Amino acid sequence: MKDQRTTDMGKFKKGNKRGMAVISTASLPDIVFMLLFFFMVATVLRTEEEKVRLIRPEASELYKIEKKHLIRYVNIGVPMDRRYGTQPVMQLNDAFSSPEMIQEWVSNERLTLAESEQSKMWVSLKVDKDTKMGIVTDVKQELRKASALKVLYSASSRERTNSEN
Amino acid sequence: MARRELQEINAGSMADIAFLLLIFWLVTTTIDSDEGIKRQLPPPVPPDIDVPQAKEQNVFNVKVNFLDALLVEGEPADISDLKDKAKNFLVATGDGIMEHPIGRQTVGKNREVELVTGVNGKTNAAFPERLWVRKVDVRQRIAEYESFLAAAEDENRKKNYQKVLDNWKEKLTTIELLGGDYKELPPSALISMQNDNATTYNTYLQVQNELQSAVNELRDELAIAKFGRSYKELEDLYDRNSEDRALLDKIIAVRSVFPQRISEAEPREGSTYY
Repeated sequence: MKDQRTTDMGKFKKGNKRGMAVISTASLPDIVFMLLFFFMVATVLRTEEEKVRLIRPEASELYKIEKKHLIRYVNIGVPMDRRYGTQPVMQLNDAFSSPEMIQEWVSNERLTLAESEQSKMWVSLKVDKDTKMGIVTDVKQELRKASALKVLYSASSRERTNSEN
Repeated sequence: MARRELQEINAGSMADIAFLLLIFWLVTTTIDSDEGIKRQLPPPVPPDIDVPQAKEQNVFNVKVNFLDALLVEGEPADISDLKDKAKNFLVATGDGIMEHPIGRQTVGKNREVELVTGVNGKTNAAFPERLWVRKVDVRQRIAEYESFLAAAEDENRKKNYQKVLDNWKEKLTTIELLGGDYKELPPSALISMQNDNATTYNTYLQVQNELQSAVNELRDELAIAKFGRSYKELEDLYDRNSEDRALLDKIIAVRSVFPQRISEAEPREGSTYY
């Protein structure tokens, strides 16, 4: 009986002597390229160039604005180009500017929105974390005068700190 | 001459090259995230108007000086204690919300009133006295204003009465949603923050963040206890479907127990150091 079984198995092995099919990897580059193109198309890049050094502070209580077209940016920080000095400055739409210009800027930016959405404009303050509050306060005061009251202090996310109760 | 055989180039490494490109792209692109702490700035105040001063105990004062040191309620404090202090301020005299079981746990129990001696020596004097909003009173007010509204003829008056009536009706829904009477912060209670011109922006934002965190945590706790969802989830859901009245009522209920009143003091003219 035993002998019979071993010979049977031997026969079975012999009959199944076929090579493993090779899967063609020729289309792999195409797949990866498609991925690459997808990412390149899907990512929205910054539209305006940052001319100031910006390291955003970290915070945990973040709010995300879904309607991005309602956001206008004010950058505050030390100029990247040293020729413009080492004191923090404010950048509006690709150009350095002074806080007094904000009221005019706000009214211009409002006009770029649809009439029904003009009151919903957000101003995102992107401020370098080492900036002193003086210039930020000036900007905030000008924003109040321009009635642009919805502001977002831009920050990157971190964990909440623990509390005892 | 012997013709050379055209060799096929091995395309096996093509995938690797493409992967390298892909990874390079992923690493170098910075996607602008529009996230941050949202704030509503106060409207500009005309110079000839005196802002009424709130009672000392109704204001939670946070000051940050030019060296980024904190003064909380008149005492030097560390930023890590700020959240707990702000939470204490908001719930010190109880919120009147009854405890609520979820599974085996009891969440959102009526907070114990902590006895704290204030600066002037009086107990709990440093905290705002929360006032009861009772169902009986609210019902009575609604009845009163309904009769006012019925009697009014002037359009303008009608509008004003309707506003007050809606407000009281909101309170009634809140009581029903919370399952009982609750305690409300007095209207003048607020968290006030004052900073110096030389304060670093990072410190300023961390203080804002901790204060916001105190409010958010209390709201989350209440929302999870009563509605099984965190406050943020409720808001996100409402953002997606703003027709949902029941959801809005829940949000209003949580907000009326823990209102967000974080204000920034008017910057002082001409003084760098306070």
